[in-house]
Amino acid sequence: MSETTTRGRPPQPVANTRRPAATRPRIGRARRKQYVAAYLLVAPFLLVFLAMLVAPLVFSGYLSFLQTKLIGGETFVWFDNYLRAATDPAFLGGLGRMALFLVIQVPIMLGIALFFALALDSGRARTSKALRLIFFVPYAVPAVVGTLMWGYLYGNQFGPIAQAFQALGLPSPNLLGEQNILGSMMNIVTWAFIGYNMIIMYSALRSIPSELYEAAEIDGASQWRIAWSIKIPAIRPAIMLTVIFSIIGIFQLFNEPSLLKTVAPNVIGSAFTPNFYAYNLAFVNQEINYAAAIAFALGIVIMIVSYVVQLSTQRKAKDFS
Amino acid sequence: MSTSATVEETAAAPATSRGPSDDAGTRHPRRRYTPQGRKSTLLTVVLWLCALYFLFPLVWLFIASTKDNTDLFSTFGMWFGRDFNLFTNIADVFSTQGGIFIRWMGNTVLYAGVSAIGATLLATMAGYAFAKYDFPGDKLLFSVTLGAIMIPLTALAIPTYLLFSEFGMTNTPWAVIVPSLVSPFGVYLIRVYAADAIPDSLIEAARVDGAGEFRIFWQVSLRLLGPAILTVFLFTLVATWNNYFLPLIMLNSSDLYPITVGLAQWQSISTTGGGGSQALFSTVITGSLVSIVPLVIAFLYLQKYWQSGLATGGVKG
Repeated sequence: MSETTTRGRPPQPVANTRRPAATRPRIGRARRKQYVAAYLLVAPFLLVFLAMLVAPLVFSGYLSFLQTKLIGGETFVWFDNYLRAATDPAFLGGLGRMALFLVIQVPIMLGIALFFALALDSGRARTSKALRLIFFVPYAVPAVVGTLMWGYLYGNQFGPIAQAFQALGLPSPNLLGEQNILGSMMNIVTWAFIGYNMIIMYSALRSIPSELYEAAEIDGASQWRIAWSIKIPAIRPAIMLTVIFSIIGIFQLFNEPSLLKTVAPNVIGSAFTPNFYAYNLAFVNQEINYAAAIAFALGIVIMIVSYVVQLSTQRKAKDFS
Repeated sequence: MSTSATVEETAAAPATSRGPSDDAGTRHPRRRYTPQGRKSTLLTVVLWLCALYFLFPLVWLFIASTKDNTDLFSTFGMWFGRDFNLFTNIADVFSTQGGIFIRWMGNTVLYAGVSAIGATLLATMAGYAFAKYDFPGDKLLFSVTLGAIMIPLTALAIPTYLLFSEFGMTNTPWAVIVPSLVSPFGVYLIRVYAADAIPDSLIEAARVDGAGEFRIFWQVSLRLLGPAILTVFLFTLVATWNNYFLPLIMLNSSDLYPITVGLAQWQSISTTGGGGSQALFSTVITGSLVSIVPLVIAFLYLQKYWQSGLATGGVKG
């Protein structure tokens, strides 16, 4: 952009007032100066990017191809660690739980977030500003503190949920038991991230040109109809963004299982989520090479899932149009 | 003083330069076709019932922070106990284990502050260069950055740990700060925002006036990027402030812990440890309350800025 304007502008008036004419023809040098500036601006980021993102990936990719044996030390084993992961019931079990999360929790969370965003955008609710802030506040609460709080709330030592059931003379549900633990965890994540997703969708809604649906409103179309036919299609990219972020977030769950394990030690195994498994492999079992392979395999699974989801929704969008 | 004034002005700037983006960030709330008197009481009630769900744990946390351990176990969780012990509990938080909580707070402020400032600076420089310069390789580098948004950062933590331990750099503040300096999403956000917020003609005019490229960046462009910079800063701040996994694996000595790791350690002692450890319950709970207050206030106070910044990312995303 900037180059074309430099070349296209009639140079006389500027050159006459500001600079001696001799400096004018050196556009090549000016552009080179801009290249240098651009590279210098990008360089610090790229440097850290290479050192903290690319290098760890390359290094642990290398580690994931090794195995440490008692005799003979480290040996290169190609994909043995990955083959082990592909048939490891602990890893696959964790992936399965995360798939359940993806199918149950993500639609609920994003559905509620979308409902809130549409409700606040419609301008029909009173005190909508206060509501927006309240919905968002959990995002500013560290996952550690959020999980601690919910862990206490679920517990039957002094948790108000159990207390309320007891006061009514009912048996209190064991929210930290085998049956309920996944649901309890879903609730923590939902609580924490509805507001964040709502803000992304809400911001997108606010930027739809109002002409798009003013006419429909005047014609008496219901808010539901307007939301379904006009607003939701218009913020499709923002919704996709929240879907992708959710997939990435869900598959790397770590804080929730690791902190809930202290209040429900027998229910949450060391492989409850793939990321928790990788952590336990690396730091408890000292199986560094296998942990690196698990971390890598997890990253690949995440990328495949987000790619497939993106692809399938794009195809659907094309079918409609 | 002058900086706050410029931020305020520039918050509205992109909105006036292009129609669709005037949103929560502007000072003049645009309301298209507002049918007066068509507020729905039903909707308001439903939304406030939902709000109770979000407030429930936080209200409980506050109430529980006002109780001593006896009241915590013997009185109903959603109402106050016999004594109001909030200040005693806060004093306990700051004196347990020789006042280590203050150290943890200091560590959190240090790690989150340095990481957020550094990450924001790097992202702003790179995002601006991607938006406003054509240089060989810019498309490739930017797509690589975009691709990196998809890389799960927690899955990256163990690889990063392995690399750091190879160089013997674990258990230092750097091990937490340096990996947090990379914010591909920040670069993306700044790039998208800068493309609209900084007119090319302005940069050209500054060049004609004889300003160097870096002077243009510092004195002209940076001001126009205000809301986007604040958004990136706040979100990287939250990300590092709330980070648990990375410091957990990188740090061994409790003197270096941030609040998150420290609280988790206290919680694990209070739950699993034997006699006398139960006294830690109210300390953990009050410590949690103390730790979330600063960020919640920062977010509420600065909301109009980060919302307008985030809007840009959401719209184009």
